[in-house]
Amino acid sequence: MTTFTNNSQDPRSAKASAERQADDVPTRVEEFLEQWHGTISRRNFIKGSGLLVVGFSAAAAAGPLATDASAQTAGPYPDPNFRQLDSWIVIHENNTATFYVGKTDCGQGTGTAFRQMMADELDIAYDKTSCIMGSTDITVDQGGSGASDAIQTDGWPMRRVAAEARRVLLEMASARFAVPVDQLAVSEGVITVKADPSRSVTYGQLIGGKRFNIALTGNNIDATTGQAKVKPVQDLKIVGRSPQRYDIPAKVDGSLKWAVDVKLPGMVHARNVKPPVAGAKVISIDESSVRGIPGFIRVVSKGNYVAVVCEREEQAIKASRQLKVEWQKPSTPSFPASEDLFTYVRGATPTSSQRPNVVGNPDAALAGAAKIIEVEYDVPFQGHTAFGPAHATADPSNGQMTIYSNDMKSYGMRAGVAAFLGMPREQVRVVWMEGPQGYGRTAADDAGFEAAFLAKEIGRPVRVQWMRHEETAWDTKGPAFTFKMRGGLDADGNLIALDYNARAADYCHLGYNEAETVLIAQLMGTRRSTPASGSAATPSDMYAIPNKRTATQVVSLPLVWETPLRTGNLRDPNGPQVTFAAESFIDEMAAAAKADPVEFRMRLLTAASTDDSGFKRARSIAVVKAVAEAYGWDTRPSPGSQGAGTILTGRGLAYSYRNQTVVAQIAEVEVNRRTGHVWVKRLVCAHDCGLVINPEALRRTIEGGMLHSLSRALHEEVRFDTEKVTSVDWISHPTLTHADTPARIDVVLVNGDPHPDRSDLPPYGAGETACKPLIAAVANAIYDATGVRLRRVPFRDGRVLAALKAARVYQ
Amino acid sequence: MSKITLKVNGRAQTLDVDPSTPLLYILRNDLDLQGPRFGCGLGQCGACTVIMNGAAVRSCITPCSAVKGEITTLEGLAREGNLHPVQRAWIDEQVPQCGFCQNGQIMTAKVLLDRNPNPTDAQIREGMVGVLCRCMTYYRVQAAIKRAAASMATGTASGKGRLRAQDGRPASAGQGDIA
Repeated sequence: MTTFTNNSQDPRSAKASAERQADDVPTRVEEFLEQWHGTISRRNFIKGSGLLVVGFSAAAAAGPLATDASAQTAGPYPDPNFRQLDSWIVIHENNTATFYVGKTDCGQGTGTAFRQMMADELDIAYDKTSCIMGSTDITVDQGGSGASDAIQTDGWPMRRVAAEARRVLLEMASARFAVPVDQLAVSEGVITVKADPSRSVTYGQLIGGKRFNIALTGNNIDATTGQAKVKPVQDLKIVGRSPQRYDIPAKVDGSLKWAVDVKLPGMVHARNVKPPVAGAKVISIDESSVRGIPGFIRVVSKGNYVAVVCEREEQAIKASRQLKVEWQKPSTPSFPASEDLFTYVRGATPTSSQRPNVVGNPDAALAGAAKIIEVEYDVPFQGHTAFGPAHATADPSNGQMTIYSNDMKSYGMRAGVAAFLGMPREQVRVVWMEGPQGYGRTAADDAGFEAAFLAKEIGRPVRVQWMRHEETAWDTKGPAFTFKMRGGLDADGNLIALDYNARAADYCHLGYNEAETVLIAQLMGTRRSTPASGSAATPSDMYAIPNKRTATQVVSLPLVWETPLRTGNLRDPNGPQVTFAAESFIDEMAAAAKADPVEFRMRLLTAASTDDSGFKRARSIAVVKAVAEAYGWDTRPSPGSQGAGTILTGRGLAYSYRNQTVVAQIAEVEVNRRTGHVWVKRLVCAHDCGLVINPEALRRTIEGGMLHSLSRALHEEVRFDTEKVTSVDWISHPTLTHADTPARIDVVLVNGDPHPDRSDLPPYGAGETACKPLIAAVANAIYDATGVRLRRVPFRDGRVLAALKAARVYQ
Repeated sequence: MSKITLKVNGRAQTLDVDPSTPLLYILRNDLDLQGPRFGCGLGQCGACTVIMNGAAVRSCITPCSAVKGEITTLEGLAREGNLHPVQRAWIDEQVPQCGFCQNGQIMTAKVLLDRNPNPTDAQIREGMVGVLCRCMTYYRVQAAIKRAAASMATGTASGKGRLRAQDGRPASAGQGDIA
């Protein structure tokens, strides 16, 4: 077996770091290797340059400029101090810069955006920078990724510290040239005396290889700032352009080391043996059933958690299948079967009910309405079903615990694992590495905890990877919802009342990397006793409806713990479900009013006269107009006229927002009336997230988000009987494929360039909002094409065909 | 255990392994390759795809004893330091999101284009249908296949071309590639 052979056992210091020259300016593959090796080469560089600084406290020494590399990789691992500029930015002697940020990437290329923002503020060329993310010992704790807040929230301290570094460098140049700062010019890392351009100095000459030693202020990391102010939007040169993502070449040529690729000296392989049914208890384990397998090391079990450990991966897989375990099944059903889920949810006594939010008098308005529509919508559990199952490698060397993980919240995993193992936080670090898409799954990471537990038990580095059936059955699920909605129109077709009730099967919703709720803690019996209450949610729109009630409840399935139907945050946790119901219903009301769906919404958006502080209502109007224009929307009510052919076509609109990001989408569908098959032929999205950092990367993020929701609209549903999940692979749990791909996708970035009238519009979280409207847009398009309203997700062929037959649209 | 000789990316290597071991684990754990990855272990997703005798093969369900002929992995597509036109098209089109599935997308696309240098949209969909992506990059994958086909036909593959909007227009001013 090939292993990482450096003394520190840190895979980031594999052979290429020795080959790579510290003064290479990274481009393409080399650029990404900077992420992999940069800190080590940097540490070595510092050591080699004789810049060892002694006398720092451990805390001060932590972070990118830690001076004793071997000591740091051996642990302990104190937190980098976010109030030190040196924790964020290192300027190299060759006039390049490395940024250290406390974020991770789930595949949207946020690292490229961070480099753009920080390079702009620092006044250095984009391609003279690199970015290191998410490893708890060398990057400040910005929480990792989640909630689409990378740019919106965490981008601000990044920009401010880069601006502060620029300020300090200008002060240094001012002292060197004995010229006031305002008589200096700076461009691409070179400071020049305006009156005498022959006098210039580079950032690298000023501070390369040295510490800034500049203290920052701020009560928390989001508030971190120096004295300098960030640039006005008009002065940004790199933000708003589209440098190619630096991580992509290494993902295309096979050179990237992912978290799955970690190999350590003495490393062994583990596989879990999951309970065959939910809630099963271990009665006995027959280790002799696997002892004869070559390479077998141990069965590790505690409570109902069972794992096998072997020298080689295929041996561990074989042992996990072969191990004889006697389980005791629960005496009562753990949950209703999936076909009975919604009946159960409607009839269950809620575990919690939010006090309804009431505007006007909806009951009276409904009683006086000219027309009332009352319908229900259902969305099943939908899994994260990550493309690669959960995985992590843990190294217990030196009495510390290092976890190599793709956990999107690596800092939370560090704290969670420390609590889980009863180790001081300083002895645990998480090295974040790329992995299959997270979208919330790796915020409730399981494999990292399991690897750490097993590594501590075995005393050797342990690599854990789940099998496909485990991941699909036992990953965290987006909660199932059922909605009951009533709406009333007056005689003129105006929407005068809306009554919204959402009920989510979301009791015991999992937190982020919690030592007391992570699956291994549940199975071991070390979980806490009180489940999280969970939540349902209400629609996000700017519609002016005079009488409105929104109410939500949460219900529990019979089995609360040790269940594969455990809910977690799935890419805008409740948004796609809630927006499916809300925006389908607005369409139903428009149809009842015989109004065009765009016009009907525009009436509701323009009815109120005041804008909020973020221009959200005005921007909602702009976005709905933009999507209709980009699509070429013809004004007419739905449904359209059906032709006589087999293929019926239609278009549907939906709109939503998240925080300050506003999105409207139109789906154009073809419905085969003989098979029930739906093909979404075209998608159009208008999107306003304020200031756009990298338009081309944003377009692809929006496309991916829309198609993820298209997969949820057409295919995804977790199926189960009363004791186990029966969706266990890509056959029993289908997903979107190449065959489903729209022929055309248009993305309109409404605020793609700084708007002259609102130039200070800040950047807002862009990604998850794009997931919200699409399921409704597809449902509305199917209705437009067929006159048949689908109120139950997903719109698989059989369900659509049954609805077409019931409505006599089938031919 | 038995001795098995594999020729991978032009190098022959002899290993002492259980002959029933799926090729994937040999490639990853013994030969230290990281292009092919575990996605399902069932041959359903394509993450583990390698090229064997000109065909895209799922290494997770291929026992190493069944390997006949030379194997090419993602790492072996480049020639003399130059990326394969399919890889260049992937970068030009900025296809990946997380990128975990892209080994299967690229290797399958390479075989598709070897067999049919000028595929129609329908042929691309049909040829790629068994290769899954949970970031749903399908739209860009299909665009990149067309881009690669065009560049291979004209021999004008560009490694660092300007990003283009999907409809083929150049990206608008201020949005160009500055890498």
